[in-house]
Amino acid sequence: MAILSTFAATQTRSRALVYYRDLVLVLLAKEFKVRYKNTFMGYAWSVLHPLVLALIFSLFFSVFVRLQVPDYTLYLMAGLFPWQWVSNTCFGANGYFLSNASLIKKVRFQRWMLVLSGVLNEAIHFVCSLPVVIGFMLYYGKTPEWNWLWAVPLLLGIQVVMMTGVGLFIGTCNLFFRDLERLVSLLVQLLFYLTPIVYTADMIPPGYTWLLYANPFAALIVCWQDLFYAGALSPAFVATAAAWSAVWALMGGCVYACKVWRFAEIV
Amino acid sequence: MYNDVAIRLRGVSKCYHLGSPVGEGIKHLILHLPSQIKSLRQRRPFHALTDVSFDVRRGECVSLIGRNGAGKSTTLSLIAGVLRPSEGKVETYGRICPLLELGAGFNHQLTGRENILLNGVLLGLTRREVRQRTAQIIEFSELHDFIDAPLRTYSSGMVVRLGFSVAVHLDPDILLIDEVLAVGDARFRTKCFERMEHFRRRGTTMIFVSHDTGSVSRISDRVALFDSGRLVDIGEPGRIIDAYQQRSLAA
Repeated sequence: MAILSTFAATQTRSRALVYYRDLVLVLLAKEFKVRYKNTFMGYAWSVLHPLVLALIFSLFFSVFVRLQVPDYTLYLMAGLFPWQWVSNTCFGANGYFLSNASLIKKVRFQRWMLVLSGVLNEAIHFVCSLPVVIGFMLYYGKTPEWNWLWAVPLLLGIQVVMMTGVGLFIGTCNLFFRDLERLVSLLVQLLFYLTPIVYTADMIPPGYTWLLYANPFAALIVCWQDLFYAGALSPAFVATAAAWSAVWALMGGCVYACKVWRFAEIV
Repeated sequence: MYNDVAIRLRGVSKCYHLGSPVGEGIKHLILHLPSQIKSLRQRRPFHALTDVSFDVRRGECVSLIGRNGAGKSTTLSLIAGVLRPSEGKVETYGRICPLLELGAGFNHQLTGRENILLNGVLLGLTRREVRQRTAQIIEFSELHDFIDAPLRTYSSGMVVRLGFSVAVHLDPDILLIDEVLAVGDARFRTKCFERMEHFRRRGTTMIFVSHDTGSVSRISDRVALFDSGRLVDIGEPGRIIDAYQQRSLAA
């Protein structure tokens, strides 16, 4: 009787919520500590990568190619920081399940929490890099608008859901096709150039604008650029980004739900 | 009626499909498409476990013995809820705590203390519940001087000690032990067995997988003998261990 009642107690909803919160927090803390334990430059590294890219691109495109985009470095940063989150998730997703093989084989827990904590980890890095973006905005004489108060959480929410979907999809598929990693890196590279990051959305000739909507990540990046660079969001792109986010969540969720029971057999 | 049953297996079978074509990767799949499809059709199921039924009563300690590949670990994974049976039904009542293999679930970059929290939560406790037990866990593991050092500096025996200490302090209703104790030194093993005796007295259900017939006969109420994925016999330890040894000699 005692055992049954304690079991029932562990199953109550409020405890379950606390438990899931704790599971995410503990996994997050693990990712964080592992990432920073041996590199005291931890935070600097995550900011440095997009910064260096921004410098290279601005040298190349505004000095050599003479692309006419005002405040081009700021524009680059507005796209590169959120893109870094996208590409880190796509690459990281290959290992979300694979690198926890021993755990998956032995312990029963919600495996998708591994993906969620990985994505939240990237989200925290992204948020921590916002001061750098704001610094550049101030340098170019721009200031964050009041609309940030609702727009930043909204876009963060859209991106967390989208990245979780992407992570579940890639993470699950990678267990079954171990060379998916190569394909993913190719696709991420391809999508980078199909997304208006080094060029602007209005440079795209009319016949190709559909690419902005067909590219699963383009609308989201354009939204961030609208916020950091132009100052106002375009409802059409927010809606497109939200729709892609729903598509990824559904795809990732379905693939995961279909295959989660085979994880322990196959990792 | 379920009150005195902790684990119930009814007609449980588990079969794997060997030679799954996708394991080799996309490139392999595409380059060898015709032969891959053929092998997909012809692939044979491998029966890791066939029609296994038994009950474990609450507070009972049942050991699983048998040769390598007999199905002991598969049974344990099914009870842990990590695998799903192909056929049949596995029912468990209570919180299950698997005693992790050497290093599983631990992160070698993190300190012993951080790993206690990580593992405790992964095994089903909230952070608060783990923190309440941390002092006892460290005490039992005897790793005071090393608890704030990263796990990669630990010896394998120390990792096992930490793992066992975490598992036994989580107050599981059902404890699953998959022959990990062999790594610790004699003194720690003795301590582990004392702890297992303590669990028995407290009414914790235990499933113990081991090749060491000495410790099996010492700790178990009943022993289940597996061979080629079938449950051959289950019953009183002395009798089953004799049967196992006879089989080993005959083979």
